[in-house]
Amino acid sequence: MNKLQNFSKGLIKENPVLVLVLGTCPTLATSTSVTNALGMGAAATIVLICSNIVISALRKIIPDKVRIPCYIVLIAGFVTMVQMLVKAFAPALDQALGIYLPLIVVNCIILGRAEMFANKNTVLDSAIDAVGMGAGFTLALVLMATIREVFGNGTFMGIEIPILIDNKISILTMAPGGFFVFGILIALVNKFGKHKPKKKEFGCAGCPQAAACGRAGGGCAGAETAEVSAK
Amino acid sequence: MTKLIIILLSAVFINNYVLSRFLGICPFLGVSKKLDSATGMSLAVIFVMLIATAVTYPIQYFLLTPNNLGYLQTIVFILVIAALVQLVEIVLKRYIPSLHQSLGVYLPLITTNCAVLGVTILNIDEGYTFLEAMVNSLGSGLGFFLAMVMFSGVRSKIEGADIPESFKGLPVTLIAASITSLSFLGFGGVIENMFAA
Repeated sequence: MNKLQNFSKGLIKENPVLVLVLGTCPTLATSTSVTNALGMGAAATIVLICSNIVISALRKIIPDKVRIPCYIVLIAGFVTMVQMLVKAFAPALDQALGIYLPLIVVNCIILGRAEMFANKNTVLDSAIDAVGMGAGFTLALVLMATIREVFGNGTFMGIEIPILIDNKISILTMAPGGFFVFGILIALVNKFGKHKPKKKEFGCAGCPQAAACGRAGGGCAGAETAEVSAK
Repeated sequence: MTKLIIILLSAVFINNYVLSRFLGICPFLGVSKKLDSATGMSLAVIFVMLIATAVTYPIQYFLLTPNNLGYLQTIVFILVIAALVQLVEIVLKRYIPSLHQSLGVYLPLITTNCAVLGVTILNIDEGYTFLEAMVNSLGSGLGFFLAMVMFSGVRSKIEGADIPESFKGLPVTLIAASITSLSFLGFGGVIENMFAA
């Protein structure tokens, strides 16, 4: 795989949110406005790039058995740094993202990429992968936030839009609207995606816990295959 | 006492973790297919939320705050939760094997569940007392349980429905979640008004 493909796969073909369906919690929660979505996307991308680079650099040193705890500590360290930076330089964003900023630690995308990509590839490849995946995450977030903000609030990044401002569909900015817009977007991806629209289950392919989830009788179609490949 | 009841009820209904705060969506969508696995998962979540709060709350107030180490909160909490889940699993396996059998498979999934980390951090952010924090965790866990059980019922209905090809699987599940979440919007303001009079 060349470097360009490595980068671009995260944007569309393997978009972490819309195709792999990872990181649903922050996607639903922070896509109420475009500004928040950009902030969340940027924060998660920075953490993803840093963690992918460091994990890839340490991939021969970290013992296989304790790799997940090691990854979590590394990721939590980077999240703390980003948290402090945001608190210092963008206090408004810190207010808006609130609890979801520290929760980047448990974002499946970051742990998923560490497990699926960074611990098998070189530092440069991992960095490129992280930039692509981060950009894909941000793109999906901004797409969803644009729909929700423009139609739900009648504004785009705080700028009022003439006709829509008087015809708000406020429900879109609330919790049910989040689920709804996300559902419609994934249906559209299924419809127009290059792959045959197969019956898609919750995306476990990139989830490090797929094996455990499968044993728990979860709805993961990819769980069995993940368990086999893990052996 | 009234405050405790308000905290409990609002954690269950108004600020429902899954349906209005969007925490713990992964297990909500992943494990809600069958009623028994939904119940098992939610019981494990309630259990871990309570224990995690009981452990992280003193750590924050006796260890981190006095030593000006507040910035280590995220790292410490996630590690404590991860270690705790492992410990609970070992203890259950040894002493209460029947409980381990029913909850054991769900425990590893909870380590990186954002609902558990979320509740411990929110308890500190909201400035609750220890008792209030425990009640809030219980309420959050019960809210998760309620959402999971309700939703597994909705999902078993969807299984047999005739839906357009591109909506099959996840999209229709999300739209069903949207409608379930809509029903919870109705609780807004009810609980404060109930005790205001």
